[in-house]
Amino acid sequence: MSTKVKKMLFILSKATIENAYAAFVMANGARMEGIESEIFFTFFGLEAIQKKKLEHLHVATVGNPAMHIPTMLGGLPGVEALATKMMKKEMEKLDMPPIGEFLEILSDSGCKLWACKLAVEMFHLEEKDFIDDLDGILTIGDFYNRADQEGTQILFI
Amino acid sequence: MKKLIANREIDVNEEGYLIDFKQWDREVCECIAGECNVVMTEKHWEVIEYLQDKHRKEEPLSIRGIKRSGVINIKEFYNLFPGGPLKKSTLIAGIPKPKSCI
Repeated sequence: MSTKVKKMLFILSKATIENAYAAFVMANGARMEGIESEIFFTFFGLEAIQKKKLEHLHVATVGNPAMHIPTMLGGLPGVEALATKMMKKEMEKLDMPPIGEFLEILSDSGCKLWACKLAVEMFHLEEKDFIDDLDGILTIGDFYNRADQEGTQILFI
Repeated sequence: MKKLIANREIDVNEEGYLIDFKQWDREVCECIAGECNVVMTEKHWEVIEYLQDKHRKEEPLSIRGIKRSGVINIKEFYNLFPGGPLKKSTLIAGIPKPKSCI
């Protein structure tokens, strides 16, 4: 039985751990099923592909009711770091790779990784700020053009 | 259910994965590989042996595990078993399909 989805295009606009992993797990999962996948990193999503920042992503403890931490507490110094540490520990138990290694796996698996041109300019970033595995910097129009076959889905995260 | 593989009746599940590893041998393996459009080479056998060894030790399979295996890297793995490498390779190896999402 083969799926009708042939290509998954993800737009990652946030850089909280939970959002980055959601995109990465789905993009990797697609490749593992023989589905093409690509990720377009825009706005804060760009943090996930910046060499200096990618290992320092945090989970959001404020404005995240599912964390079951009162918003006031979630904003206290150290709470976000602690929650992040705990989450990373749980992920390691499940053999989930850290962000940097996950990006390597994705790239080796044939998942294309793109940075959004507008956001790159807005944050005054340069190509050297990004991981070596980055496939390039695209406009949103270029990215839409990647949806070049039947069975392509675009997902905004 | 039963499936005729290499002129033998083999027990498989609804996705074609072998139920009883004892029924697996090189002949069965090559037949399943053929159905997946994979022509077995020395490197394929090496990977199959690695996967079966992991299965014997009851260690879960993941793409990260492949990266660390020392047997093959991820790019080669995708080239050897196109269209879902872990899914295809375990099918050919006669072991269950991995349940992990990573």
